[in-house]
Amino acid sequence: MNESKEETVQLTHGAGGRAMGELLEKYVLNTFTNKSAGDIGLDQLDDGATIDLPGEGTLVLTTDSHVVNPLFFPGGDIGKLAVCGTVNDLAVMGAKPVALTSSLIVEEGFSIPELSRVMASMEESSRESDVPIITGDTKVLEKGAMDGLAINTAGVGFAKEPVSDAGMNPGDRVILTGTIGDHGMALMQYREGLSFRTELESDIAPLNDLLGVALEAGEITAMKDPTRGGIAAALNEMADKSGLGITVKEESIPVREAVSGIAELIGISPYEVANEGKAVITATHETAGKVVDALRSHPLGPEAREIGKVTEEWSEKVIMETEIGGRRFLEAPLGDPVPRIC
Amino acid sequence: MCLAIPGEVLAVEEDRATVDVGGVEQEVRLDTLSEDVAEGDYLLVHTGFAIQKLSSEEAEETLSLFDELIETNKQLEEEREV
Amino acid sequence: MKFKFKDRDRAEKLVRIINQKVPDRRIKIVHVCGTHEVAITENGLRSLLPDQIDIREGPGCPVCVTPTSDLDAALQLAESGAIVTAFGDMMNVPGTAKSLKELKSEGADVRLVYSVSEAIKTAKNTDKQVVFFSVGFETTTPMTAAVLKDDPPENFSILPSNKLIPPAMESLLELPDNRIDGFIAPGHVSTIIGVEPYEKLAEDYEVPIAIGGFEPLDVLYALALIINQIAEGEPKAENGYRRAVNYEGNEKSKELINEVFDVTDSIWRGIGTIPDSGLTLNKEYERWNARERFEIDPKEGVETPPNCLCPQVITARATPGECDLFREKCTPDSPYGPCMVGEEAMCNIWYRYGGRPKL
Repeated sequence: MNESKEETVQLTHGAGGRAMGELLEKYVLNTFTNKSAGDIGLDQLDDGATIDLPGEGTLVLTTDSHVVNPLFFPGGDIGKLAVCGTVNDLAVMGAKPVALTSSLIVEEGFSIPELSRVMASMEESSRESDVPIITGDTKVLEKGAMDGLAINTAGVGFAKEPVSDAGMNPGDRVILTGTIGDHGMALMQYREGLSFRTELESDIAPLNDLLGVALEAGEITAMKDPTRGGIAAALNEMADKSGLGITVKEESIPVREAVSGIAELIGISPYEVANEGKAVITATHETAGKVVDALRSHPLGPEAREIGKVTEEWSEKVIMETEIGGRRFLEAPLGDPVPRIC
Repeated sequence: MCLAIPGEVLAVEEDRATVDVGGVEQEVRLDTLSEDVAEGDYLLVHTGFAIQKLSSEEAEETLSLFDELIETNKQLEEEREV
Repeated sequence: MKFKFKDRDRAEKLVRIINQKVPDRRIKIVHVCGTHEVAITENGLRSLLPDQIDIREGPGCPVCVTPTSDLDAALQLAESGAIVTAFGDMMNVPGTAKSLKELKSEGADVRLVYSVSEAIKTAKNTDKQVVFFSVGFETTTPMTAAVLKDDPPENFSILPSNKLIPPAMESLLELPDNRIDGFIAPGHVSTIIGVEPYEKLAEDYEVPIAIGGFEPLDVLYALALIINQIAEGEPKAENGYRRAVNYEGNEKSKELINEVFDVTDSIWRGIGTIPDSGLTLNKEYERWNARERFEIDPKEGVETPPNCLCPQVITARATPGECDLFREKCTPDSPYGPCMVGEEAMCNIWYRYGGRPKL
């Protein structure tokens, strides 16, 4: 079963879990030697990087490629995802987004009306988040060379004090800004053509305003947006990078009933699928309550709550206290979830 | 072997039913079940087929069964302590 | 939610019973259902139980026990141009040369389905041959039987690979050096087959058996029943899942299985042949058997790679932690044996939940 053959890139390498981490470590981080222009650089594999402007402050830079399939889905499309995804990467670094780029790679034969729809979506999200798209690029590839449309966005923001995903301290509280699993489950339902009648919707939303409010309300030590790999990946990364442990209470994790319904049906945990309108925040235990209150008073944060805390024990591990009072590890997912035999 | 989930019957049409399973509506086949099914019943559903009819009474009974065992044990404990 | 049973108060009380009545020696309790192992691990139930209770999964993972020859047959069918439909887990299990998923990435038409109904739908929407890889235990078999009785399209067929649980439980008890102190019988298999098939087992082998549901309290309740039986010295087959299991089981489903299938000896990967433990299509339904319809070359496949502990794990004689390859060389991304591939298999589940049974 373990025959040696030439290594090839697999789908799991792009899924945000362990496999991707290993690929990056081996072939990217260990190859580049000039990897930073500030405190947070490539090695930190954070949601973005920082560029020091001596005497002026810190610029935060981020980039993302969006290749979602299908392009249009309940709750959004690739355009909305591209803009919000990048805005959010800046926002969780503690930066006020200043501008975006948009590069399109389009397959020959792609529908122009659909392209127009995607552009309109990007415009809407750009307006909603109040971040301009100021430059870009367009490439067209021959039919068959790629699948439909890919969008790469880069974003630049300004932060007085950038927030990394590794800055938490023992005793800090872990906060979620809202319900978990919405985007991933909606896409899974739609993509697989699951013949269920209730349509789930993605939760794509720009978080710059919400997180701006949170940063004002309390002392935030770390932030991350739990996209691919879900909160399981995000929490484990935060634990890993800080060398600390995280314990969460299952009963506090907010999951919509329809999401847990589908999750149970296909045997995939809501903790392991992407969220595109949520953030994981750690705050000092003195100010955590105020952060939660501030989040809840914002239209995007009514379900915000504390779900756990940061510990010294169980370093680099995430422990879940289950609803029934048991304890078990919450591990980072391996790759793309496969629906369970049923 | 595996996952069978309870759902509420919303409508019945011959040998199919529309069932609400955890907030998600599914069409479920009834030909694997002996009993008749009506709106408001609960069904255990496996890969789109019904395998058992459940009732609220039985659900409550489950709790009574747990409590019965707990109570019996408590009594034995108390007897031993005397 | 009325069918959720997970309150802490009752959990504590049931655990109390277990703690009080459990004897001082090591107690090995075996279940035969991946969903039970997930329920136990996901809820952290082992962390609530006394140390001397050792709960293990037996051959409760249908993809783990599907013989390589069946997988190789499915691969051959896909290579020959038929559309092969299979449940999620089956896609990743390696046959002799490769898995269905790998074959798919090479261009074969292999499709993941959630139900045999989807496979039928696929057949109705194409002229090509569509084969459904019919894997699973008694819970899943009635569905295949139902669609075969319901005027299936001519281009549809099944690759029969369904198996039966009680004979597998018996084979575990027959193994030397495999003392089993109790069985948690699988809840939904029992919904179909009822309580009766376990009574003879309990009597002949004097082993406590309790049918268990899948909510955390259901599992603790079944365990409490078993520990009680051990303490009283009165082994029997008990129904711990009354809301879903009747004594006779599901008569209609049992009838469907009997009308379409015949019981046959069956090879369980990692165990070998267990008599009367599998199902094949009977004479009347033979024409829906892909093995009859197509030429399949019956090659001998590789059942267990060297150093793989899967055969011991699925017979509850070893735990994943005892395998040298576990986590080091054998991971879900590069599995050595089927126990790391099936999402209902102990090695895979342990890996996904941190590699050890108890925190």
